[in-house]
Amino acid sequence: MIERPVAIDKVAAVWIVVGFVGFGVLPWYVIEDGFWFFGWLTDGYPLDPDYAPGLVQVFADGKIWLAPVAFFLAGALAVARYDKTDPAFSTILIVVGAGGLASVILQGLTIGIAGWEYAILETLFGTVDRQFGMGYGALLSSGAFLFLLTRGIAARGHINGDVFVVSAIGLVVMLVTAFVFFPVSQILVSALQDNDRNYDLSLFASKILARKIWGLNCLYENLSCGVAWNSLVLSITVGLGSSLLGLAFALVVTRSRFKAQKALRILTVLPIITPPFVIGLSMILLFGRAGVVTQFMEFAFDIPASRWIYGFKGIWFAQMLAFTPIAFLVLIGVVEGVSPSMEEAAQTLRANSWKTFTTVTLPLMRPGLANAFLLGFIESMADFGNPFVLGGSYDVLSTEIFFAIVGAQNDQGHAAVLAIVLLSFTLSAFYVQRRWLGAKSYVTVTGKGDAGVHVELPRRVRWPIYSVVIPWTFTMMVIYSMIMFGGFVETWGRDHSFTLRHYIDAFSVTTGPSGLIWNGAAWNSFWTTLTIAGIAAPLTAGIGLLTAYLLARQRFTGKDAFEFGTMLSFAIPGTVIGVSYILAFNVPPLELTGTGVILVLCFMFRNMPVGVRGGIAAMSQLDRQLDEASLTLGANTWLTVRKVILPLLRPAIVAALVFSFVRAITAISAVIFLVSAEYHMATAYIIGRVENGDYGLAIAYSSVLILVMLLVTSLVQIFIGERQLGRRVQSAHKSDPAPEGAVT
Amino acid sequence: MRNRKSFTALILAAAALTALSTGTASAAAKLTLYCSPQIEWCKLMVEAFEKETGIKVAMTRKSSGETFAQIKAEARNPKGDVWWGGTGDPHLQAAEEGLTYEYKSPLFDQLHPWAQGQAEAANYKTVGIYAGALGIGYNSELLKSKGLPAPKCWKDLGNPVYKGEIQIANPNSSGTSYTTLATLVQIFGEDDAFDFYKKMHKNINQYTKSGSAPIKATARGETAIGITFMHDMVTQKVNGFPIEIVSPCEGTGYEIGSMSIIKGARNLDSAKKFYDFALNAKIQTRAKEAKAYQVPSNKNATPPKESPDLTKLKLIDYDFKKYGSSAERRRLLKKWDDEIKSLPR
Repeated sequence: MIERPVAIDKVAAVWIVVGFVGFGVLPWYVIEDGFWFFGWLTDGYPLDPDYAPGLVQVFADGKIWLAPVAFFLAGALAVARYDKTDPAFSTILIVVGAGGLASVILQGLTIGIAGWEYAILETLFGTVDRQFGMGYGALLSSGAFLFLLTRGIAARGHINGDVFVVSAIGLVVMLVTAFVFFPVSQILVSALQDNDRNYDLSLFASKILARKIWGLNCLYENLSCGVAWNSLVLSITVGLGSSLLGLAFALVVTRSRFKAQKALRILTVLPIITPPFVIGLSMILLFGRAGVVTQFMEFAFDIPASRWIYGFKGIWFAQMLAFTPIAFLVLIGVVEGVSPSMEEAAQTLRANSWKTFTTVTLPLMRPGLANAFLLGFIESMADFGNPFVLGGSYDVLSTEIFFAIVGAQNDQGHAAVLAIVLLSFTLSAFYVQRRWLGAKSYVTVTGKGDAGVHVELPRRVRWPIYSVVIPWTFTMMVIYSMIMFGGFVETWGRDHSFTLRHYIDAFSVTTGPSGLIWNGAAWNSFWTTLTIAGIAAPLTAGIGLLTAYLLARQRFTGKDAFEFGTMLSFAIPGTVIGVSYILAFNVPPLELTGTGVILVLCFMFRNMPVGVRGGIAAMSQLDRQLDEASLTLGANTWLTVRKVILPLLRPAIVAALVFSFVRAITAISAVIFLVSAEYHMATAYIIGRVENGDYGLAIAYSSVLILVMLLVTSLVQIFIGERQLGRRVQSAHKSDPAPEGAVT
Repeated sequence: MRNRKSFTALILAAAALTALSTGTASAAAKLTLYCSPQIEWCKLMVEAFEKETGIKVAMTRKSSGETFAQIKAEARNPKGDVWWGGTGDPHLQAAEEGLTYEYKSPLFDQLHPWAQGQAEAANYKTVGIYAGALGIGYNSELLKSKGLPAPKCWKDLGNPVYKGEIQIANPNSSGTSYTTLATLVQIFGEDDAFDFYKKMHKNINQYTKSGSAPIKATARGETAIGITFMHDMVTQKVNGFPIEIVSPCEGTGYEIGSMSIIKGARNLDSAKKFYDFALNAKIQTRAKEAKAYQVPSNKNATPPKESPDLTKLKLIDYDFKKYGSSAERRRLLKKWDDEIKSLPR
């Protein structure tokens, strides 16, 4: 240290180089022909203003507002003179990083496709040239500034000076701000505006307190209650019901000798991978007034046919079918992770199996149950497909929002008001869940070998669970046979003669002179959907688990706000997200509409909270001592995450990957606004067929999607593998042959 | 091992990302089409247009409400060129909000007066391409088994015998249902129309969200009577459902499916070419190939034989200018919400 007083910090050096490449070499603005179009290399680069890097833009094209970027980049070089322990090192990085980032963002937001974005700036500074969206150069430079800033903060000694953690927090904050807060604020602001876009707070107050939203008339007269109450009652009952049922399924799968465990597992996953509308439609065909079951009941038992399915009962039923699997996926990891030793300890202390279950097993599952409830609640709140098909006169917020935007009234402000109501519900649920969990410890996976075997369910629990799970399973099987059947008949519900017509229309392939011709109507959207979902899934799982790790394992100021921010996108109805993405990303600085990237981003940030919740639930079971042991042995944070935490998180990783993949395929209400001619998604295509009454093709397509998702889901399961908790090898039915006492 | 796996995964992801590339670097003429009718019809139009002109079309199909919301959201940096099809109201609204471009086609004189009227109401910022009349559809099997008379007039729907048997969309969410409301106001006068709605309200089992949902429910026997556009009824009938179509005795209103060029279109020349092409009698006659049973707007086009003959229907002189305006729409919808929707059933 004495001979070489200044050791250049590698992290800072790398990002400074990246910054220079971004500003001085790569094209600053977005290339109109697409992100992966490299024709610019031979087409006038680097002097053509469309392709020129930032540096050239400043000097040759008079884009003088990019000069501060150069200034801050140059300033960064000064760090080379200081050692990283020197306070000046961190100060320089923080100033350069924050300043650079601010200058990129400010110029991007104030100068757009028509020059100044705000008239007042034009009067102040005169007219400016227009500019387009950010391209490689701008994005790379922004990234460089961000990580220089986080490096500086780490050097200050925040969060133990851990560069990885600070950078990760910086990255997540930046992304969530850009792709959740920024777009959503664009639409929510219209709640405060009247029809001519003037701000009017009293109007906002009267709109948000309207009787249509909060009326309680259903309690004392034959009228429907306000839409807010409808949504609230539905979501609470669905949240409770689905977490209980999900727990029942998880217990049956992991802790009973129930024979058909594998089949049950697949069956519980089916509803998640079912495109929207399909469950609702098949329920109408079964339980609607002219439905098979209803007609049979009328014929056999003289129960008059009614329309009970349209309204609260129908939506509740359909949502329970659809969201129980989500609760199941969250809970299964938790149920598996509960420490058998603790249960065995209870039994050694002469607790019977019932007592063990209620005083040890169940309390240890609280984080899982709370997260399952929260997800069920939010899903039900935001669900659009089921209330749309089965809602009858039972209006809920999500459908009201959709029709406020696309319906005859076309009132974006009203949609924003309703969205705020919906948002306040989901965030309150989130808060209550946090309070309920409190600060207790739920650690059950520690470094000490835990070779115990889970106790079987007590009889008092087992039989009630069976009595729910078995009829449920039967109903599901009937519904799914209906769906599969629907693709093979002429007209579902009318003419049941066998046909392959729908499959041929959708998926025919012929051979032509130049090989295969995919001339089925569905191929185009099918491949796009798979590609987009395939890209979005690992990214979603990655950012979700990273966030979960930060939340569960690190302490930093503003953590609560951070957590709140990551949950926000999930709590916002898809329609609002869809429209807000167009409002925000149709114009520079981030011009993304019409690309595949906007779909990927939408899925990433919409589904990320599931990875976060699942990850937190799983991580709150892992003893911190595991991390500490690893850190003590000299591993850095990144290595600890990779070698200790990730392997123990396999169930959470599988859940996050699978969930984000299938949600990208089955999402509809946000996607409908973001699809374009080139990037057309399967659900948008299916909804078009349903609108036209062409159920045959819609169902054939859905069936194929279901099969594909089943296949992919199983592949993910095999590829990632199961978490190996060293439990004693028990009798043959347990398929977990891990060595004793080891956590691998 | 694990590292190699993640490396492979990375390579795969990169390859997939590359597949996402939007790189179609051709200077050839192109057109971005927003299309609102059913996909078959959209495809038929695109294929025929590409074949005739060689202009490459990028087409997105979304319902008219969704398209309008998108055009509105994209207004500062429009991405579409032409919006073809879908009910006329949102086209008129788009014109009113200055989102569409004024253009008078050389084929304008070949159009039916109602299609020309639509254009004139919007200062040539939109034009009619097809028309569809409102009607009452009933499930003949269900009506027979319940021993109910077939409705002939709008007023019949207020008859208590139909209690719980009628479906219509909520006009706040559906343009179809708004057209019905405006039609009845024009036929009966506002007070009588709302009186009628109050009577019919007792017979309604559900105000659906989507405009064509009532006839689909009728087809499947979920309800006995549905109020929608007649061409949607024809579709169900052709699909083999026992649907009978009634043209109400008091007369009926209609929608004018419209087409607009989006203001700020990037391919204005192609957009104009498509506009003229879509008004052509030859292509309008081909609509029935796509199971579209609306009446074409070009006088020389032959309507599909299944579609209701507009000349034989008692069509009212629908005032699109008045009832298409935002202010009147907002007033009527609010009145409906306050006076009808909130009544007990």
